[in-house]
Amino acid sequence: MKEALQQILDEARKRLQEAECIQDAEDVRVKMLGKKGQLTGILKSMGSLTPEERKELGMQANKAKGEIEAMLNKTFEQLKEKAQEAKFKAEKIDVTEPGKAHKLGTKHPVTITIEEISKVFKSMGFTLTEGPEVETVYNNFDALNAGPNHPARDWTDTFYINDDVLLRTQTSPVQVRTLKAQKPPIRVFAPGRCFRCDTPDATHSPMFHQVEGLVVDEGITMADLKGVLDSFAKQMFGEETRTKFRPHHFPFTEPSAEMDVSCFKCGGKGCRVCKGSGWIEILGCGMVHPSVLKVGGIDTEKYTGFAFGMGVERVAMLKYGIDDIRLLYENDMRFIEQFK
Amino acid sequence: MIVSLEWLKDYTDVQVSPETFCDRMIMSGSNLETMEMAGEGITNVVVGRIEKIEKHPAADKLVVCCLNIGDKEAEGKDAETGLLQIVTGAPNVFEGAYVPVALHESHIPGPLHGQPKQEGGVSITSGQLRGVASYGMLCSFGELGFDDKVVPIDQRDGIWILNIDRKNDAELEKKLGMDIAEAMELSDAIIDFEITPNRPDCLSMIGMAREAAATFGTKLRYPETVCRNEEGQASDYISVEVRNDACKRYIARIVKDVKIEDSPWWLQRRLIHAGMRPINNIVDITNFVMLEYGQPMHAFDINTVAGRKIIVDVAKDGEKFVTLDGTERTLDDRMLMINDAEKPIGIAGVMGGLDSEITENTDTVILESANFYSNSVRTTSKRLTLRTEASGRYEKGIDPNLTEAAADRFCYLVELIGAGKVVGGKIDIYPAPEEAKPVHARVSRINKVLGIELTREQMVSYLESLEMKVEGEGDDMYVTAPTVRQDIEIEEDIVEEVARLYGYDELPVTIPKGNNEASQSYSRDIRDAVREALCSMGLNEIQTYSFVSPKSIDNVRIAEDSWERAFVQILNPLGEDTSVMRTILTPQMLEVMGRNYSRNLPSMKAFEIGNTFVANFIEEKGLPYEAYDVSFGMYGEGADFFELKGVITEMLYKLGIRDLKFVSESEYGIYHPGRCARIVAKHMAQLENGPMEEEVELGIMGEVHPAVTEKYGIGTKAYAAELALQNVMELADMTKAFKPLPKYPSMTRDIALLVDESVQVGQIEEVIRESADEILRDVKLFDIYRGIPIPPGKKSLAFTLTYRHDDRTLTDDEVVKVHDKVLSDLATKLNAVLREI
Repeated sequence: MKEALQQILDEARKRLQEAECIQDAEDVRVKMLGKKGQLTGILKSMGSLTPEERKELGMQANKAKGEIEAMLNKTFEQLKEKAQEAKFKAEKIDVTEPGKAHKLGTKHPVTITIEEISKVFKSMGFTLTEGPEVETVYNNFDALNAGPNHPARDWTDTFYINDDVLLRTQTSPVQVRTLKAQKPPIRVFAPGRCFRCDTPDATHSPMFHQVEGLVVDEGITMADLKGVLDSFAKQMFGEETRTKFRPHHFPFTEPSAEMDVSCFKCGGKGCRVCKGSGWIEILGCGMVHPSVLKVGGIDTEKYTGFAFGMGVERVAMLKYGIDDIRLLYENDMRFIEQFK
Repeated sequence: MIVSLEWLKDYTDVQVSPETFCDRMIMSGSNLETMEMAGEGITNVVVGRIEKIEKHPAADKLVVCCLNIGDKEAEGKDAETGLLQIVTGAPNVFEGAYVPVALHESHIPGPLHGQPKQEGGVSITSGQLRGVASYGMLCSFGELGFDDKVVPIDQRDGIWILNIDRKNDAELEKKLGMDIAEAMELSDAIIDFEITPNRPDCLSMIGMAREAAATFGTKLRYPETVCRNEEGQASDYISVEVRNDACKRYIARIVKDVKIEDSPWWLQRRLIHAGMRPINNIVDITNFVMLEYGQPMHAFDINTVAGRKIIVDVAKDGEKFVTLDGTERTLDDRMLMINDAEKPIGIAGVMGGLDSEITENTDTVILESANFYSNSVRTTSKRLTLRTEASGRYEKGIDPNLTEAAADRFCYLVELIGAGKVVGGKIDIYPAPEEAKPVHARVSRINKVLGIELTREQMVSYLESLEMKVEGEGDDMYVTAPTVRQDIEIEEDIVEEVARLYGYDELPVTIPKGNNEASQSYSRDIRDAVREALCSMGLNEIQTYSFVSPKSIDNVRIAEDSWERAFVQILNPLGEDTSVMRTILTPQMLEVMGRNYSRNLPSMKAFEIGNTFVANFIEEKGLPYEAYDVSFGMYGEGADFFELKGVITEMLYKLGIRDLKFVSESEYGIYHPGRCARIVAKHMAQLENGPMEEEVELGIMGEVHPAVTEKYGIGTKAYAAELALQNVMELADMTKAFKPLPKYPSMTRDIALLVDESVQVGQIEEVIRESADEILRDVKLFDIYRGIPIPPGKKSLAFTLTYRHDDRTLTDDEVVKVHDKVLSDLATKLNAVLREI
């Protein structure tokens, strides 16, 4: 009996060593440990033995069974690993094949620029407001201190719907609407479309976008205007941006200024973008003219304010190096998708 | 305003480089357009005199000139005679003419006669012209870099003859061989300043000099205006009557024994550098004084003025008048005219008449230096569509106190250059003299607005440097500006004057006090959410003009009396293509699809969020109805009706609009009659007597009608949609609320229904939803099948129905009861037969 056990053990070890696949090992298990297996057979035959013999042989048979099971486990483990390796090898892919298309859409560059500008002003506590594209002549001109003889009111400059209604030439009428609707403190900005009688060419478009801003409160100074717009320039064009304020004229601000920023392409050394000057004109601004504040019934002794306005297309074109404004309104998908 | 820096120095002593001059003028308020250096790019070009002219032996149109260039050394200079031989084709050369001579290896800005302008100029070397040696070139104005529009008419087609009037021969003889730029004093900085509409006083050399003097702290010198000799009295020559108050002031002076000839070079040069063409001495002086003072002037030949009388009055309606430019114009009774005793002789402030023009035979001149009301000139100029240098200046506004000095300056210059004899006295009609009014400004207020602390003394010194007079004491300043400064009206104007001379860059940089919470409108939130949703689904955003062609509505086959034709019309559009405000966005989306298709883009998916406009019929002069729409467009790979429907559904889902109905529409012109749907949202409206289900139309979508795609040049199937964002906004619910995840399992039942082709999926879904109770949680179509064994005219639709209860596990019996009712309702209402799956 002992020999038989040893034989079984030897055979199992040999066959498991030779096993190449899981089935080979499974065959060994069935042959040795299965219901009709050799070891099982030995255990079944123990009934004819004396209790002592039975005890002795039982121990040995159990030990052999344990050894075979251990060998089987180990073999199964190895073979599984081997099988998986082979599977992995067979399943190897070419990672350089193209990925499946999941295209995101792209916002229009004018939208992107307005969003960037908006983000900066919102971070400074400005509320976004809007006004209609078709406006009253009063809101667009009279209330903004551009009297009946102001040249911008010419039919050659402004699109009219009738004597009292026009396509707004600037976002500044939103100032008027805000002043009429709200009491100070006021801190708003207003992006939107504007229209002027310009025949389209590389730098002109009869429709364009502006962003307007208005701050009215007690104690607002021209130094505050500089502070807010300088901060805007740094956030919009980079921390190293410098600003320059030049005297200018707008009917609805007094004093008025234009703000230049140091050229963000060359840093102020002079290049094609800034036409060699190192500076780029970005916006118009000034202290709100008292006659505009009065439109909103605001006490001009108590309150002062500043306003500003900038052209969105100009900022977008400078920032992205777009050389023809018409590209913005052609909507060629190859153009739009460059701004993803 | 073009400023010659050399000329400006006549009025104030600025001693800085042109660059520094510009930089500091910019910061004090005169913005720079351009700066150019005149007289640059000319090397080795000298003054020469033609001593002898001979015919070219081999060419009829060429002549051989021998030139005296003084002591100047040059290649080709004859050792014996000291003359230089140069061949020229210019017709205007003569013996004794002084000319600019470009020597061997010289450089000129060019362009050469009859050739295009070359970047960097042209180099000249000696050579042979038809076998005759030529050691250089005689130059024209153009070849030395002068713009054609400033070159004197008689010198345009030939060499620049430096002594065309033979008056300055003696002077030029001393300059033989001298560098031409030096001899003719060509070197100058020509600076073009942008003048804002509030500062018409700066459209003059004196005005700019005033600014420069304030900027650099120099003194302003006014030009000489007093004649040495005057004979007789102007009133003996002429009388003036002003019958209309649009003429604020009229001054007439007389010059007799006029000799019309060329102006001296110093005067011509100034006009040329200021961008004006010299004409003759009298015209040049009027232009010179106009540039100096900003005061337009006009000279009449006294012999053409009937009755020796000038009457300023409006024209007769329909009257005809021929202006200086030879054009006959029809006048009306709103136009202010200068008349003699019988007829009009000039349009006030706009242009003189042809018949009273100064000619070579003019002997006595009436000089008009007048002030006309700016609106009167603007109206006249507009009605005649005639804009002139003078009308432009009057429109912007001129100080009536300038007329006298300008008239006197004219006479002074006439005497100076010997253009005639000045008659004493003047006619001056000035019914309501304008006086400067002091403006009250407070030191404290100026500091408060600027955020600085300047002393009164500092402010006063700035204001006085601008020739303003400051009175009062302590905080109060009463500032009187010179009357040319018509822009100084209120305290804020004084704030600006102080600020710009103090320097905007010197002002501190602060952040305003106070705290605001940034926000934006709900409408903007919705538009932002729509944009984000659509971009994330792969659609690109487009932006198109707010104005369109009225034909666009025809192009998309919109019916005659539709609201989409209620256009807001632009009275003065650039063209028909942009003459009305858009009522819908889809036509432009189609245009963009057509453009991309024609550029060979195989597919596109896009959207636009934009304003639409419908005319206000209630209030004729009220604002139109303005509302935001979103339009969609797609063609090519992946584009079909259900792709677009899926995008719209998901977008609306994101906005909280989830109960949708797509209703077949066959009448809307843009779309294929069998492939178009109106998009309807169902929602619970909160009415007075409780909530009630309401249906709101959000928009329309479909496959674009083939006739429309053809019109727009889209050579494939295209899909489009347009939604009214106002309606979307009203139904949107962006609040997000958590609902517990289901605790109990759901049961699903799959059914396949055999129905007629005409039965819509939506109808079946509706029956299922209505018939089942709340345990039905979802109905989902998962298959549509046509073909064997389904009989023709029928289709098989397979749905998954999901049942679930929130508080317990459903029993089979419960589900069967509900499910059987669903099936029987489907059978009775839609004749749907259950098929085995």
